Amino acid sequence: MAVEETGPFLRIEGVSKRFGTFQAVKDVNLTVEKGEIFSLLGGSGCGKTTLLRMLAGFEEPSEGRIFLDGRDMAGVPPWERPVHMMFQSYAIFPHMTVAANVGYGLKHEKGLSKADRAARVAEMLDLVQLTQFAHRKPHQISGGQRQRVALARALARQPKLLLLDEPLAALDKKLREHTQFELMSIQQRTGVTFIVVTHDQEEAMTLSDRIAVMDKGQVKQVGTPTEVYEFPASRFVAGFIGSVNSFEATVVAREAPWLRLHVPALGGDVLARDSAAATPGQPVSLAIRPEKMRIAKDRPEGPNAVAGHVKDLAYFGKDSLYRIALPQALVQAHAVNARRGDEGARVADWDDEVWVSFDPSAAIVLVA
Amino acid sequence: MDPDMNTGRFQRWFDLKGWTALLIGAPYGWLVIWFLLPFLIVVAMSVATNTPTAPPFSFGGDHAWINWSSYHRVLTDSLYLRAFLTSVVNAAFAAFLCLLIGYPMALGLTRVSKSWRNILLMLVILPFWTSFLLRVYAWMGLMGKNSWFNGLLTDAWNFLVPVDWAIRFVPMMNTNFAVVLVMVYTYLPFMILPLYASLERLDPTLDEAAMDLGSRPYQVFLDVTLPQSVPGIVAGGMLVFIPAAGELVIPSLVGNASQPMIGKIIADEFGQARDWPMASAVAVALLILMVLPTMIYSHYQARAEGTK
Repeated sequence: MAVEETGPFLRIEGVSKRFGTFQAVKDVNLTVEKGEIFSLLGGSGCGKTTLLRMLAGFEEPSEGRIFLDGRDMAGVPPWERPVHMMFQSYAIFPHMTVAANVGYGLKHEKGLSKADRAARVAEMLDLVQLTQFAHRKPHQISGGQRQRVALARALARQPKLLLLDEPLAALDKKLREHTQFELMSIQQRTGVTFIVVTHDQEEAMTLSDRIAVMDKGQVKQVGTPTEVYEFPASRFVAGFIGSVNSFEATVVAREAPWLRLHVPALGGDVLARDSAAATPGQPVSLAIRPEKMRIAKDRPEGPNAVAGHVKDLAYFGKDSLYRIALPQALVQAHAVNARRGDEGARVADWDDEVWVSFDPSAAIVLVA
Repeated sequence: MDPDMNTGRFQRWFDLKGWTALLIGAPYGWLVIWFLLPFLIVVAMSVATNTPTAPPFSFGGDHAWINWSSYHRVLTDSLYLRAFLTSVVNAAFAAFLCLLIGYPMALGLTRVSKSWRNILLMLVILPFWTSFLLRVYAWMGLMGKNSWFNGLLTDAWNFLVPVDWAIRFVPMMNTNFAVVLVMVYTYLPFMILPLYASLERLDPTLDEAAMDLGSRPYQVFLDVTLPQSVPGIVAGGMLVFIPAAGELVIPSLVGNASQPMIGKIIADEFGQARDWPMASAVAVALLILMVLPTMIYSHYQARAEGTK
């Protein structure tokens, strides 16, 4: 993206937040570019909401500084920040109509005539397709519509930064998928930088340009959805994003381009993608995604194959999840049901003897 | 459901249709017996003729069945009109001052920690634990011209104003000021509690949302908190205004006898004057005066909610 030389749009520098003796956020450093959808992903209590509230100005950092578009935000109260927030509960004013809610922030905009304001409200309502509900009260519209009111209200003042706190958590599954794409399209049309807080890794993956995975107040990894999924930096990230088969292992030797590991649970040595941090003799973790596990009746060619039997299988329609008992471990493998048919078309059935294998490039070595 | 026989039997017992009827009927029955019937008797008395009999009124006979003369006097005799005006003005001042004092207290109650909240709520209700009369007498003592309280106020006044305006005491007793002061003191909890109940229900994220959209704290209060607490303000206002307008004890004890409030008039007509039809007519007029605004409010309230 072509950006002027002013540096990153949002810079979070060594920010920490303590409540009494509890450290909610620990030394977070992040940069976000203009126009990005950036997600803060983590479980409850990981500090993501506290970080969001510091961006909105509801909390002041105990340490560190936040720069937005080059301006230090320290001491700037929420009502003076060009940052608007879409609250998890939506926080729609129940005593105002939909149009009054959307126009609420505009009354603080000086030099905006009544007609301009009405035009902006109409434009926002059109953006979220709520024009026909303009004069309804919040209790007269559905949850999904309330969510769009909250979005329109937060966007009406054209903020530099839009903060979304669990934007999809209160919607049901069907509506969630639809809204996800709608959010992305609105972001593209308005060009506003989005910061999304979520505990739902799928939501973070589909929405975001980049994700910061947080745990216990710290940022564990920042990267694109592909990076954090395919190249997790730590056991925590690998386990938090998606499911993973994880084994204790010891580094045996470097065999370019692979790394040879001794994995007792898999009954021997395996080859894995090299990790620069690994040194021979070091205990590490080996992680393999279930969908990268292959199941076959006969021993496949190549390295990294172990025999076992199918202990369990769950049919999801588009794919099936197999739980396969190896001599010393239980692994999960996802198989896509590419062929249509009855039970006979499956790769394997209950108690079948099968071989499980994986490509060395799919095996992740985790040192941290 | 548990197929146990006892459960089944009790279940049937609980499910009896009669319970619903009883639950709805009981309060209605209570109101009919203890409010509607006595009120109808008062209405009937108000159109009777005052006679030197026992009870001191009669219908028919030498007199008209329906005698409107009491109502005629209520509407024309300036004594009654002035008494109504005094009552309404005193009660309105009391309700307004209760709102002014009670609102910050109620708002404060919603902002303190849970443990503090319970203690403070307790303190709001605590005065009810002592005799109401005792508290009015205490105020009489404080307001009297020889009390330390009056002395302090007098000294403060004399210190602040030129010598020519110096006074020997602050005339507080037997004034409408005293009536309003004691009524505010007495009825304040009735304002605080409904206000607290309505403010406590408000979602604090709405305040944050307004702040986030550019409102300073005072604007948040005006735009978000105040409009949403209107039902609490109305409830508290009515709980103070209605009993204050009909108040008898406070104006009798600390009020100005030459400017009586309507409660005192009713009591005097019943007691000293033994003019029961007149007393009843004033009572009915007071009720209409109190009920009408309430009905108008609930009409608009219902219409506002009808759009749901």
